[in-house]
Amino acid sequence: MAYSFPEEVLEYVFSFINSDKDRNAVSLVCKSWYEIERWCRRRIFIGNCYAVTPGIMVRRFPEIRSVEIKGKPHFADFNLVPEGWGGYVYPWVVAMSRAYPWLEEIRLKRMVVSDECLELISKSFKNFKVLVMSSCEGFSTDGLASIVANCRNLKELDLRESEVEDLSGHWLSHFPDTCTSLVSLNIACLASEVSFSALERLVSRCPNLKSLQLNRAVPLEKLPNLLRGAPQLVELGTGAYSAELRPELLSNLFDAFTVCKELKGLSGFWDVVPAYLPAIYPVCNGLTSLNLSYATIQSPDISKLISQCQNLERLWVLDYIEDSGLDILATCCKNLEELRVFPSDPYGVEQNVALTEQGLVSVSEGCPKLQSVLYFCRRMSNAALVTIARNRPNLIRFRLCIIEARATDYLTLEPLDAGFGAIVENCRELRRLSLSGLLTDRVFEYIGKHAKKLEMLSIAFAGDGDLGLHHVLSGCESLRKLEIRDSPFGDKALLANAAKLETMRSLWMSSCSVSYGACKLLGQRLPRLNVEVIDERGTPESRPESCPIEKLYIYRTVAGPRFDTPGFIWTMDEEGNTPLGIA
Amino acid sequence: MTSPLQHDYIILPETHTMERSSADILSSVPAAENNNNVLNLKETELRLGLPGSVSPERKPVSEVARGYCPLKNFLSGAKRGFRDATDSSEQWAFSGSGGSEVPDFVKGPVLYSPRDENCGLDDKNNSNKSCFKPGGEKKTSATNGNAANTPALKAQVVGWPPIKSYRKNTLAPNICKKADVAKDLNTGYIYVKVSMDGAPYLRKVDLKTCCNYAELSSALESMFSCFTIGQCSSKGLPEREGLSASRLMDLVHGSEYVLTYEDKDGDWMLVGDVPWKMFTDSCKRLRIMKGSEAIGLAPRTMEKCQSQH
Repeated sequence: MAYSFPEEVLEYVFSFINSDKDRNAVSLVCKSWYEIERWCRRRIFIGNCYAVTPGIMVRRFPEIRSVEIKGKPHFADFNLVPEGWGGYVYPWVVAMSRAYPWLEEIRLKRMVVSDECLELISKSFKNFKVLVMSSCEGFSTDGLASIVANCRNLKELDLRESEVEDLSGHWLSHFPDTCTSLVSLNIACLASEVSFSALERLVSRCPNLKSLQLNRAVPLEKLPNLLRGAPQLVELGTGAYSAELRPELLSNLFDAFTVCKELKGLSGFWDVVPAYLPAIYPVCNGLTSLNLSYATIQSPDISKLISQCQNLERLWVLDYIEDSGLDILATCCKNLEELRVFPSDPYGVEQNVALTEQGLVSVSEGCPKLQSVLYFCRRMSNAALVTIARNRPNLIRFRLCIIEARATDYLTLEPLDAGFGAIVENCRELRRLSLSGLLTDRVFEYIGKHAKKLEMLSIAFAGDGDLGLHHVLSGCESLRKLEIRDSPFGDKALLANAAKLETMRSLWMSSCSVSYGACKLLGQRLPRLNVEVIDERGTPESRPESCPIEKLYIYRTVAGPRFDTPGFIWTMDEEGNTPLGIA
Repeated sequence: MTSPLQHDYIILPETHTMERSSADILSSVPAAENNNNVLNLKETELRLGLPGSVSPERKPVSEVARGYCPLKNFLSGAKRGFRDATDSSEQWAFSGSGGSEVPDFVKGPVLYSPRDENCGLDDKNNSNKSCFKPGGEKKTSATNGNAANTPALKAQVVGWPPIKSYRKNTLAPNICKKADVAKDLNTGYIYVKVSMDGAPYLRKVDLKTCCNYAELSSALESMFSCFTIGQCSSKGLPEREGLSASRLMDLVHGSEYVLTYEDKDGDWMLVGDVPWKMFTDSCKRLRIMKGSEAIGLAPRTMEKCQSQH
């Protein structure tokens, strides 16, 4: 086109566009924009590692510097995805080692990473800076040793909640003495002790260290020295927060915290001895994020702490906080945006703490900026949910888990349809919703009707039949991820809304009523979807077609069926033939 | 309470008891069918389906129809509930509104028993039966004030409540202080601290790498040999399990020390009394104690020690 800007100018303009959505939009304008954009894209996000192949990625985007990939479905967090499902990052690393010598950042979530993989990463990318592995598994501390030894410019090593084979703490000593580039280190998930002296030296020679999250094995006595070596810390995860009561340790700790003027986030707090909590008072006022979800301290201690954190924006806590503590939170923390309350005794039958729906109601009343909620409790009422919905129409994420499955409204003994209905009706910006309690198809009618911005929906033990699923699939325009377990949804709704599935990232259904025959039909009708039947009873071909399958995972893909399926997964074939997969 | 029957395509009428054709009944009906108030313990028994096991027969359960009706299979036109009627009633029935009916109805999650050999077998009456058998546990609960007589059997359902295993593993061993026991349930190591009286620092040993007491003692021997005053015993390692403390003592430190451990209850015990597996499950830390302090632990052991030296 005669009127278009020179490439260089366009490229320069595009360099200001960083969101994936915008970048994707830019690439669709015309062929030349597509071409220019693909050469200057530096960062890519792959929400489902099987939606595209590494080959396709490197072919289209030759100059990537930062990759983020997600693997297993979310329900893998709760052991619903069998071992061996997949999510191997190795093929990606191999492809990138050839195509992206200048790769700097790899961020993974729910993927299987091996030590070989980590070694390959450490040797292939000369300028490698950031490795974040969230809920990953398959590697050991040997792999970590390769990374820290070979990546000379390492800035971030973040192992959040990964399952690491912890052979020893020796890996940390592999950081070369010349390493001064560290900005973020998170080893909270590791069990074994690292060398404290190596850790201290590492911390004090990295002037840009902003985030340090220790593991439980780092004793409290070591903390003051570490803090003094890094007074610029913005985020700290303590180790075990307990020691015998010694006044000099308490005052030492207190003084050390006083020096940390930049501290905004605190976490860790395993094995808390309450007497040591006052040590963090110096930083409370500056805290925006506080994670006490491993701290088994009681409500009075929690409340005392919270009342000093007037600027708190995010609080994760155990239900030991109780309604009384949440009242105090509602009174003191007017900037609160996110609240997560975890159960201290999730498998107990009886209620062990005085935490009810009231606590959440108070917070919804008192905290005008509250937008993100994860709340475990043992009872709920429609009235409370309606109140919450009316108080907080600005909610974006609402995840409620009433511990007893199919629990009714404890006041009226009715289903909680009306309550959740009020949530979706009032909270127009709701993007994520997790349901619990007794729910009929009616709640799905409300969701389909009102939840137009909903992107992720989690359903468990809910609904009456296909109509419920149909409401959701036909009504929720923005739906990207749907995960369902133990609900009576079957073939009819799926087949009637088959086309919808291509507009979503993925659908997970386990212990529902989807028949094998329907899966085959779906696989036939929708070639751009992978319809994966997961069944540990052996091949579904050995049972009647009307037989329901155990688990189903459907996702859109341009990669075709995957080749790394384990023996208990069958991908439905386009031709409607005997499906691919090991019999 | 009106039932929200919005399901136009649901054929079955709203009745209290499911009416089923004989073809739909999966399992034979025990005699106690009509006795709705009998607490059927067998029914509420905790069971897990192992590979190849057959799910036990279930009593058909009465159901308060709230729309939990089997769906016709529109796909193939076959006359069949979306789930076999008994299965559906077992899984989706819930405690009715104020019903005084007791343990009969099933409420709550049912553990999945995916192995069902009956599936697809040639039962002529059940040509259309569902193979999806929710075997395993059933839960009858006393929630919402109903059914006060039901025992609250808490069957644990996989993945419910939805808590990450990372969190479960972190919070669960709250009894463990610090890193006394680094136990990874997934990869299978059990590191426990080993202290020896008089030694300047502690060690850690992985109990999983030792299969028996003999290996443990040899591991400890190699760890602490630098601290022994006398020579280590040159005796061969005994073959048998259940090594007595006196033998361990011989092997590790000559005659002066005794190997003890702290168990889950916080008590200090002599190593070697219980089977190896039981020991590894309950051992929190090890301590190589001076013989003089071991008095009171097991007097006859001390006699043995003295008699051997």
